[in-house]
Amino acid sequence: MNGAQLSAAATVVGLSIQEGLRRRVFLAVLVLTVGFLALYALGAHFAFDDVDEFAAGETKILDPHAFTGATIFGLAMFATLFLGAVLAVFLTLGVVRGDAESGLLQPIVVRPIGRTTMLVARFAGAAALSGAYVLVVYFAAWAITKATGDWSPDHLLGPALGLALAVAILAALSLLASTVLSVTAQGIVVFMVFGAGLTAGLLAQIGNAIDSDSLHSIGRTASWALPFEGLYTAGLHALISETSGLTGVVLQLGPFGGSEAAGPQLIAWAFLYLTGVIALAAFLFSRRDL
Amino acid sequence: MAGPVLAVSELQKRYGSQQALAGVDLEVEAGQLVGLLGPNGAGKSTLTKIACGLVRPSAGRVEVVGHPAGSARARAALGYLAELFRFPGWLTADELLRLHHRLSGSEGGAPERRQLLGLVELGDAAGKRVEAMSKGMQQRLGIAQALIGSPRLLLLDEPTSALDPVGRRIVRELLERLRGRGVAVLLNSHLLSEVELICDHVAIIAGGRLVKAGTPAGLAGAAAVVVETGSGLRTFEGAGREEAPGIVADLVAAGERVYGVEVRHSSLEDVYLEAVGGVTG
Repeated sequence: MNGAQLSAAATVVGLSIQEGLRRRVFLAVLVLTVGFLALYALGAHFAFDDVDEFAAGETKILDPHAFTGATIFGLAMFATLFLGAVLAVFLTLGVVRGDAESGLLQPIVVRPIGRTTMLVARFAGAAALSGAYVLVVYFAAWAITKATGDWSPDHLLGPALGLALAVAILAALSLLASTVLSVTAQGIVVFMVFGAGLTAGLLAQIGNAIDSDSLHSIGRTASWALPFEGLYTAGLHALISETSGLTGVVLQLGPFGGSEAAGPQLIAWAFLYLTGVIALAAFLFSRRDL
Repeated sequence: MAGPVLAVSELQKRYGSQQALAGVDLEVEAGQLVGLLGPNGAGKSTLTKIACGLVRPSAGRVEVVGHPAGSARARAALGYLAELFRFPGWLTADELLRLHHRLSGSEGGAPERRQLLGLVELGDAAGKRVEAMSKGMQQRLGIAQALIGSPRLLLLDEPTSALDPVGRRIVRELLERLRGRGVAVLLNSHLLSEVELICDHVAIIAGGRLVKAGTPAGLAGAAAVVVETGSGLRTFEGAGREEAPGIVADLVAAGERVYGVEVRHSSLEDVYLEAVGGVTG
């Protein structure tokens, strides 16, 4: 890629971000986020208060602070992933087929920038915006948890980056869908895929709990096929990976998807997967008549 | 001698079972303004889109300034305005041109943007948002956008469809100026009178094939000589200006009194209707 193409790509990234910030969905997500964080602060305050009273003077077989902190912060991670997914999907809604049908794409595609560069730039814009959003919400939730209950996860940064990578994968899947599907179908399909991934994670955890190898391996295979789910459950696991005893065991069965350890292979696979999805989207876009 | 700016050879395009183009040959030279006519669905827009790399041909060859259509070099040499286009409504006219400046790698900067907006008489609307513009203003802005980077080939698909008579005149004069600067223009239009007024060359496509091509004057040849005689109007079909004196002499010799003679030409519309066989898309 030469300097002119880089400059053109940066222009498209900037345009995507500007366009994303102007979309009403961004404002809606911001309002929802503020609402969620306010409710989360209120909930965290009462949860830590109640658990202090409940646990006072008893034999502590469960660490009430760790249990409460990890449970509500797991909820925050789920909400962050969900809101990040909504943002990623809406920022990439109709990027190829939708924009082509409305005539928005053609004036840009005929410029020397090239279709692949344009697509990658659109992805970069959406991933940057939704990734930044996820990081801000995650650390806001952490600050609230820390302030209200003085609890911090065992690992703070890893799960945050995992969530950002997860929404980048969702943005890439949405972009891929936009090369072949109409706007409505694209939104429906990507949210169904998102739901399927989370369900696969839950299945794997249920399989683990009832000691069903088949269910566990089906769930794990599905969550590797949709690695945003693997990154999410790995993030949940990293929150409590050094929490020992019964607290650690109970927390692994968290209510918003079970946690499951994952090594660097998952990160490598997630990047490979992301590259593959974007390459496939670029291939389909290059073959498309506009 | 430099080759044609746009060279289309044996071009075919098939959409599933539908043959949109069935072997079209066309050339547009520098400084030439070529009008592409044909009924809806004839393949005009498909040809234009193939030339700018938006659609892939099924067979044949299209070159823009010697480079395969769709290649970066070919795209860098052309400007395009689609029949159906939309610009981000939140951008102002100047911001839109600046966006296309960056995308095209043009170094014209603010002076070029001002000049282009002036050319399409939108000089006062530089700060106006696209969403606040009328369709006609957007179409003129689209033409200005297509001219960014001083393209050698301009592909315009129905560029005056939303314009009022004044807007059409502005575009007509602009195209004539561009021709003077050596820009090659391929103009898709349904407005035969407009094409007849400004185009050097006309190509008529029907059913995916080039059915007629030539200069407007050449295509619209002599149709008839009409003589007003003492016994009424006498029409001599197919006769032209050269035949008129002989026709009058014969009539006078035959004892007719001749009061007037008119040499009629077929219009581009007559030629068009004959070429497409009255078909509409």
